[in-house]
Amino acid sequence: MDLKGLLAAKKDAILRKWFDAVLESYPADTSNFLKTKKNRFANPVGYSLTKGLEALFDGLLQGVEIETLSPSLDSIVRIRAVQGMAPSKAMIFPFLLKNAIRGELEPELRGDRFSGEMTALESAIDALALHAFNIYMQCREKIYALQAEESQRLTYRLLQKAKMVCEVQGEDPGTGSSKDTKK
Amino acid sequence: MAKFTAKPNELSKINLTPRRKEWMDTPVEIREHMYCHPAKIKDLQTVDFSHAREWKPADEDWKLPQNWEQIVLDGMQALLKKYRSFQVFMDICVRCGACADKCHFFIGTGDPKNMPVLRAELLRSVYRGNFTLAGKILKKINGARTLTPEVIKEWWYYFYQCTECRRCSVFCPYGIDQAEITMMGRELTNLLGLQIGWIAGPVAACYMKGNHLGLEPHTITSSVELFVDDIESITGIRVEPTFNRKGAEILFVTPSGDLFANPGTYTAMGYLMLFHELGLDYTWSTYASEGGNFGFFTTNEMAKRLNAKIYAEAKRLGVKWILGGECGHMWRVLHQYMDTWNGPADFLEVPRSPLTGTVFDNAKATRMVHIAEFTADLIRNGKLQLDPGRNDHLKVTFHDSCNTSRGMGMLEEPRYIIRNVCNHFYEMPEDTIREKTFCCGSGTGLNASENMELRMRGGFPRANAVKYVREKYGVNMLANICAIDRATLSASMDYWNPGVQVCGAHELVANALVMKGEKERTQDIRLEPLPGEEETENV
Ligand code: SF4
Ligand code: SF4
Repeated sequence: MDLKGLLAAKKDAILRKWFDAVLESYPADTSNFLKTKKNRFANPVGYSLTKGLEALFDGLLQGVEIETLSPSLDSIVRIRAVQGMAPSKAMIFPFLLKNAIRGELEPELRGDRFSGEMTALESAIDALALHAFNIYMQCREKIYALQAEESQRLTYRLLQKAKMVCEVQGEDPGTGSSKDTKK
Repeated sequence: MAKFTAKPNELSKINLTPRRKEWMDTPVEIREHMYCHPAKIKDLQTVDFSHAREWKPADEDWKLPQNWEQIVLDGMQALLKKYRSFQVFMDICVRCGACADKCHFFIGTGDPKNMPVLRAELLRSVYRGNFTLAGKILKKINGARTLTPEVIKEWWYYFYQCTECRRCSVFCPYGIDQAEITMMGRELTNLLGLQIGWIAGPVAACYMKGNHLGLEPHTITSSVELFVDDIESITGIRVEPTFNRKGAEILFVTPSGDLFANPGTYTAMGYLMLFHELGLDYTWSTYASEGGNFGFFTTNEMAKRLNAKIYAEAKRLGVKWILGGECGHMWRVLHQYMDTWNGPADFLEVPRSPLTGTVFDNAKATRMVHIAEFTADLIRNGKLQLDPGRNDHLKVTFHDSCNTSRGMGMLEEPRYIIRNVCNHFYEMPEDTIREKTFCCGSGTGLNASENMELRMRGGFPRANAVKYVREKYGVNMLANICAIDRATLSASMDYWNPGVQVCGAHELVANALVMKGEKERTQDIRLEPLPGEEETENV
């Protein structure tokens, strides 16, 4: 069996380990809730993590382009980007997959048999982590942009009255889309 | 490429797990982006709030007044005496935990002190320690604790991480209302001058000028004029609103935010068009120019003072009854407090729709009707000609505002309206709507921008349910009947569900409303081309 087959066979156990490791970044009461509450609407963070991690795992296994995993990465990173963790802590989750795999496949990975495949896989995980950082930065920038956009939206008519936002082609804070605000 | 060593790697040595401690022993950490800036001294002084001073939440020393402890304990004693519910809520919680995971702030932040039961314990522990015998004797064993400046910081931090949405109380077998506990917590911190700017500013402005933005009469009328111009360019009809007109049948009061903040402005345009089409004998007031009441997020007394102008203006103008625009907390105040604060409004009549003859018995006490009730009644009686096809570019879902749904049971009226003015309406999952609706995450005066991170976390459960209908049905419009929602959900959607827009129910009404003598519509209320009109628009 190649590494891929091995990973597929142990998928559930590896995912559980990975998920548990990610949850360790939350206080005990919280991680318990995130782990046990299954309803996706009552526990959206837990749900997004479970689904997201599984999709990332499957993608890595299939060797898809990292970019195609953006939506799954986004569903996790977008949450962690606003949870008050240091960036290093928020973004550690891709790396924790390495631990999970090595922990779960410890006997099999002894020796050199899979070292080539493992190196490739771990490089892919690193690439995934770098891509996650890009998304993280976009999320953080968005938070700051929201602050500016909101204050414009909240006083839109006042600005318009003061002739500060008319007769220009630009961003309409009312719709979030670009349109001619000229009346 | 470097080979990754197969040895147990370094990562496993990083301890991510926070140490397990009792909540009382976990010191509060005041984190940036989670709180709002303190109030300005002049705003507090305008309304006679005490102990106005410069202080910073991040500083060690909050410059509490010298006798702060006495102030708090006396204040607590007074509140316990005044509100029986407060005393009961302090005593009866059995700590069953049913509420623990129902708060959007806990769900989104993962901070255990955002569990409603723990949020209440922040006050309850001090109550036990100072007002119960068992607590005085047994101290910590009985869950009691001593009042320290740290406790005050903790109160302030967490009572401004509760939007008084009351979702948790829906799940509490005893009906303990955490919103009321938070109100008490805010009253107490207020006694120490610990108010936030985003609330104190609007309160002072409202007190002085009649509305949260501090707009003077000419600014209000000229803003409405801008709407009138836009309506004319969309429909060819010039609507003619009046202001401060004595003898009008109806006084119309709405949150001032809708006069200036997008996308609420489109809802305000909807009101103007609807009233014009009906030939309603109504007037706006530039004095009672605020339906909202940020005083409600400070003290009961302040809320009462700000509310007084509504009846005063209705009396001065000699109207028969009052109609109110789409808002959430405004309605909690009007529906549940106005009558006892500033009533009885016996100089008004029980509201009766001049179009349908329907008598709004539900508003017998307050004499004020929510526009969703009013419009739903019009539609039910066939008084409006509607073309829902004009909203065909929209796939709509509806967010129940906490205050209108849990506070006044208004669940069907907005849905009835939306179903009649739109062809594509999709509900979010059951546990996230109606009485169990998730808060927008930014209510009770927490819609500042400096706490955007808190708002995004708190808004996640709602946004997550929107995401579901967006993926399943292609929903692109989140409708609601609350001015604060319109402002706050816009930011939340922008972060969590880019592409989903936000609107009031009466914006949708305005799109669908076929007005007598109107020109052929090519644009919606946002002045964007209607479906099928894009080409003409570009010519
Ligand atoms: S559900 Fe009610 S009784 Fe149970 S812990 Fe929460 S507040 Fe206390
Ligand atoms: S009232 Fe709302 S915000 Fe406050 S604790 Fe309850 S669920 Fe949370």
